[in-house]
Amino acid sequence: MAKKLVIEHLNAWFGAVQAIRDITIDIEENGVTAVIGPSGCGKTTFVRCLNRIHEVVDNAMVSGRVMLDGVDIYSKTSDPVLVRRRIGMVFQKPNPFPTMSIFENVAAGVKLNGVRRKDRIADTVERSLKSAALWEEVKDKLHKPATTLSGGQQQRLCIARTIAIEPEVVLMDEPASALDPISTARIEELIQQIKERYTIVIVTHNMQQAARVSDYTGFFLLGELIEFDRTSDIFTNPRDKRTEDYITGRFG
Amino acid sequence: MKLVTGDRAIRFIATIFASVILALIVLIVYELLKGSVPSIHKFGLKFLVTSTWDPVSEHFGALPFVFGTIVSSVIALVIALPVSIGIAVFLSELAPRPVRPAVSLMVELLAAIPSIIYGLWGLFVMVPFLQMYVEPALGRYFGFLPLFSGAPIGVGMLAGGIILSIMIIPTIAAVSRDIFNTVPMLYKEAGFALGMTRWEVIEKIVFPHARSGLIGAVMLGFGRALGETMAVTMVIGNAPTIAASLFAPSYTIASVLANEFTEATTKLYLSSLIELALILFVISMLFNAVARLLVIRERTAK
Ligand SMILES: Nc1ncnc2c1ncn2[C@@H]1O[C@H](COP(=O)(O)OP(=O)(O)O)[C@@H](O)[C@H]1O
Ligand SMILES: [Mg+2]
Repeated sequence: MAKKLVIEHLNAWFGAVQAIRDITIDIEENGVTAVIGPSGCGKTTFVRCLNRIHEVVDNAMVSGRVMLDGVDIYSKTSDPVLVRRRIGMVFQKPNPFPTMSIFENVAAGVKLNGVRRKDRIADTVERSLKSAALWEEVKDKLHKPATTLSGGQQQRLCIARTIAIEPEVVLMDEPASALDPISTARIEELIQQIKERYTIVIVTHNMQQAARVSDYTGFFLLGELIEFDRTSDIFTNPRDKRTEDYITGRFG
Repeated sequence: MKLVTGDRAIRFIATIFASVILALIVLIVYELLKGSVPSIHKFGLKFLVTSTWDPVSEHFGALPFVFGTIVSSVIALVIALPVSIGIAVFLSELAPRPVRPAVSLMVELLAAIPSIIYGLWGLFVMVPFLQMYVEPALGRYFGFLPLFSGAPIGVGMLAGGIILSIMIIPTIAAVSRDIFNTVPMLYKEAGFALGMTRWEVIEKIVFPHARSGLIGAVMLGFGRALGETMAVTMVIGNAPTIAASLFAPSYTIASVLANEFTEATTKLYLSSLIELALILFVISMLFNAVARLLVIRERTAK
């Protein structure tokens, strides 16, 4: 399998506070990579460095390299706006644009890419909502505000919005942590369905979820990557004592 | 119990203070109405639509003042709104973190400058500049429009509008900045994550989110422009005329009140001035009501 992202010696800071230290990891193309670890260990910061959204926070800093198909997204010539179009992100808290309708939310990114023809936009919106398993629930109220949806629906809308611009990589930061079990199951199912087309990096603090959805798993602790391996190996046969303690529920 | 009596006392005192506000408004309206009776009696509705203002023959009409007040405030708003939004966007979205407090403070200090100082600056600096450079240039290139026709005399509607705009910019900018700052990072980040540029995030996420609040900011600025007296009196020319040209002198309600109250010796003259005050009060109230309605409509539409 090809390596979609090659991350080398990645460090990130919030002012003087270092959130992640010297992370080196390869992300396989069309695989699902899970990032697990206790709260505050830098999972969110890590994925936010992968689409250069970490730097929109004040005083935030990054060092190291993140190669997307062999090109460093942090090089001087690389444009964060273009990077983010290739590496989409779904946030922990569902955040559909409250001033826009369901349709407009999904269309927002598509229009940015210069698509003007109404029928093409409508096609993309429908296709994306179908991929996100939301179409049947919203097809009769596409022009209602996105805020009228339930939390689980809002998160699926955010997934639809992200995949509508056809990114190559989709980052998901605990996409189901704010949702009920049924919505969670739907999101996990969704990940299985879309993973052939995208490279997915998913943060989760739920180990069963990591075990269910991912091919590879990285375990973070206090800003460092402790262990990274095939998910089956991490969960059946961890090499590091701390990983074992964490997955057996001894801390975190 | 002690706590309960304390609660009661606080509630009682607060209620009294709140009622004082209400009573004040009622009293003001009552006094204005009472004072206007002779003028209303004499001129009726004609007061609102006639343009003569002749204290000698005691013919009074409010139209030029109403016109001057509203038009100068509208000019002020047209100039101030884009500038203020620009300042607010800079302060809340673009400026580097460390310079924000300093620039914010300067904007707020502008609001603290006494209006007489704006007036003096307007009269001695801005008006000559308008007369020598701005108005001749406007006349040369846009003179075919009635708006920019006539002699460039410096003092007049344009000068009044500009000085008002400078005076309301700090208010609108500061309120707009606060409104932009309330737009949750969550939504801005969603925009960035979709590959929006900084400007696209401002245009597509920050502005729509802030719209109802901006109406409030505009309302505050316009209200201030309507009632502003000193500075505008010094540069607007103080002639009760209704002209299409922005170069022509004009007169606002607040200005005529300030200028003529001391001279109003007859009962009808005084009463006409008071009726003008009543009209200014009503214009402000109407404008406020409409703006509030817009804000409420905007909020419930969401
Ligand atoms: N906006 C921020 N400002 C300062 N420190 C932050 C900020 N966000 C996170 N941190 C710190 O960075 C570290 C990693 O946080 P985060 O990446 O959110 O962890 P996780 O997602 O694993 O819970 C924590 O110590 C946290 O306190
Ligand atoms: Mg997190």
